[in-house]
Amino acid sequence: MTASSSPESVPSNLDICLSIQNATISYGDFEALKNVFCDIPRGQVTAFIGPSGCGKSTILRAINRMNDLIEGCSLKGRILFDGADLYSPDVDPVEVRRRIGMVFQQPNPFPKSIYENIAFGARINGYNGDMDELVERSLRQAAVWDECKDKLKESGNSLSGGQQQRLCIARTIAIEPEVILMDEPCSALDPISTLKIEETIHELKKSFTIVIVTHNMQQAVRVSDMTAFFNAEAVEGGSGKVGYLVEFNDTDKIFNAPLQQATRDYVSGRFG
Amino acid sequence: MKYHSLARSADNIPDLNYKTWEKRNLVSRLLSVLAGVFSFLCVLPLIAVLAYILIKGMSTFSLDLFTQLPPPPGGEGGGFGNAIIGSIVVTTIAALIAIPIGVGGGIYLAEYSTGRGFSQFIRFGTNVLAGVPSIIAGVFVYGVIVSTRILFGNTFSAIAGGTALSVLMLPTVVKTTDEGLKLVSNDLRRAALGVGASRFVTVSQITLPKAFTPIATGVVLSIARAAGETAPLIFTALFSPFWPNGIFDPIATLSVLIYNFAAQPYDLQNQLAWSASFILVVFILALNLLARWLGRFASK
Amino acid sequence: MVALILISILVVVFWGSLESMGRYGLNFLFTSNWNPVDDEYGAFTAIYGTLVTSLLALVIAVPLGVGTAIFITENIIPLKVRNIIGLMVELLAAIPSVVLGLWAIFILEPLIRPFLMFLYEDLGWIPIFSTEPLGPGMAPAILILVVMILPIITAIARDSLNQVPMRLRQAAYGVGATRWGAILNVILPAAISGIVGGVMLALGRAMGETMAVTMIIGNSNVFSWSLLAPGNTISAMLANQFGEADVSQLSSLMYAAFVLMVLTLLVNVIAQWLVKRLSLKY
Repeated sequence: MTASSSPESVPSNLDICLSIQNATISYGDFEALKNVFCDIPRGQVTAFIGPSGCGKSTILRAINRMNDLIEGCSLKGRILFDGADLYSPDVDPVEVRRRIGMVFQQPNPFPKSIYENIAFGARINGYNGDMDELVERSLRQAAVWDECKDKLKESGNSLSGGQQQRLCIARTIAIEPEVILMDEPCSALDPISTLKIEETIHELKKSFTIVIVTHNMQQAVRVSDMTAFFNAEAVEGGSGKVGYLVEFNDTDKIFNAPLQQATRDYVSGRFG
Repeated sequence: MKYHSLARSADNIPDLNYKTWEKRNLVSRLLSVLAGVFSFLCVLPLIAVLAYILIKGMSTFSLDLFTQLPPPPGGEGGGFGNAIIGSIVVTTIAALIAIPIGVGGGIYLAEYSTGRGFSQFIRFGTNVLAGVPSIIAGVFVYGVIVSTRILFGNTFSAIAGGTALSVLMLPTVVKTTDEGLKLVSNDLRRAALGVGASRFVTVSQITLPKAFTPIATGVVLSIARAAGETAPLIFTALFSPFWPNGIFDPIATLSVLIYNFAAQPYDLQNQLAWSASFILVVFILALNLLARWLGRFASK
Repeated sequence: MVALILISILVVVFWGSLESMGRYGLNFLFTSNWNPVDDEYGAFTAIYGTLVTSLLALVIAVPLGVGTAIFITENIIPLKVRNIIGLMVELLAAIPSVVLGLWAIFILEPLIRPFLMFLYEDLGWIPIFSTEPLGPGMAPAILILVVMILPIITAIARDSLNQVPMRLRQAAYGVGATRWGAILNVILPAAISGIVGGVMLALGRAMGETMAVTMIIGNSNVFSWSLLAPGNTISAMLANQFGEADVSQLSSLMYAAFVLMVLTLLVNVIAQWLVKRLSLKY
């Protein structure tokens, strides 16, 4: 049912950043995802792929405790970040999100100016350096400085969809997290914006660990180093489906030489 | 790195724990407590008011209240049966006027109008009318009906009072009808027109029944509001210490009775005011709960 | 039909006030001598009373109402408790004005009198506390107005806060905001246009509120800076005097009613303008 990384594909000297250990997530009584084991390496891009409803966004949100915003959502098992248990009772979710940032499916800039969009996050996290410099640096890293530099005081909503999403990326980078989670960041964008964002991801990989959920298999191939394939199976004696991790390996192994039948079917387009 | 908040503990494990004494956490907790206190203060008056009405109203609750006439100042015993009937009469008149006009107006706005200037003006006017203080409605009806003696030579009358109340009910009824009808999906309308039904038939037999629940809820709520109004009645329906004598004469109502008796220096009158409040509030709360229960059907 | 009624109200009131307007002109607004016996009328006390009671009630009610709305919409306490609080505030709105007036006379006023006495005795050198509280007055009137407009503010604030889309909340928490950091910096500003609309609505309601105010304000046309003294509002004055007014007094009352209508209309218009100005696009 679950497959952890096989020994040959994960050299033991690889630095593990996030370790998901037997995680089961439920909404009330309904189990959305069960028994997930996954060790996410530092400094690389890991993709979560799979058909709709298999829980990949759910597990992503669990990593930075965004599921706390959903009433009735609970997690069994552990998620370790550099050895610290994210769900221990003493932990402050605000601190977690400080270190693990997120870019959402729909671009969601704050209804403030472009400058403020970035400055806000920095300020509430205690930034006391040169704000102008931080704003420019973040916008450059997100490859959107040229389009924004003349209109920093204008509303974030005055940008196009692709630009807004890059603004959201800039906002996330500005607080200098260690991990960036991306929940289908390009699904609402046109192909050109998508390409630009994928280029940005290649750049960001040098400074951050990235986990990206994507519907688009080609994108996973283009962008990620490791890929985790999730699937959903019907619950016995009930309605609805529960998700589980099928296989987790180097990207080119997943797409060219998958070990599981389900993986093979999915990547060859037989379903999904 | 210019951030100081990325602390790590001795063995390089990130320190994610909740720092109770950090300034922003203190502020956050303080604000939550403050919000809680505010909520408590908001709820307090309701409890206080209802409690007192209950206590004082029930203490002298008896059947006399329904069957007797108000006592003269300084007198003994008595009740306010005439006021109860009067309130019902006046509210019914108001409803009879406001519902047809209001629902009709709402239907016009939602179904027949073109969405341009005129109907925008009507909607704007309705909103403004909703903001008109209740006493002005009374003043207006006074000017039109009472002082001109337009109704067969009568001045203060139940009809005048009912009219004043209907002026207050009108904007709410129009608005809820308008919005209730807007909620009905256009597919339904097109289907009806598609089988050859005329506009009128479509509206009366298809859309209106579908929007019944929100409209009914709005109507019930506006009746509840009208039942409790006093200001419009003071110089339209006035007051009367006798049993109602037809709708062309002044008539007693619970709300005016409470107003009058509250101001008098006699304990008995004050007590009757409390009892009347009790009955009035029970009635209005019942209507409100009815509206809420109706509202539940809307989501089905 | 609605338009007809609206226009006819304006016309009637205006017409009725013509005589008085002709007599006093704009001075009406600024003299405070209201004397039916001498047939001399000046509405200043009443206008002042209307404005001051409404605005002060607003100042108290807005923090209470918005704070409560925030408390109800965030998950600081369990859902069931929040729903009960919401329900209770709505029920408060259903209580008729006259019943609240009754409660104000017999319960509220005696309750706050010791506190008002303290203000008079210890802080009486401040003009707004300079008279001895003897019963009905501006202070209890302001408090009862607060009770009356709280439900409107809370309900509208709650609706505005609930309408802020989830994605904005997610964005705020996503950059590491605490609960109140998110509320004060993102959620509240996004809801502000709706809340301001509600506040203006409440202001209009407070200015026109008649029964409860008239029962507890003391109905005195003598002007005083003190909040502890009896005063008057336009609507209270109308309620009190309309029934037995003679022609010339009637006209003055109509004039006052006209002033009230203009004020309420003004509030309405300003409200709509403010809401448009403050709407943040998201």
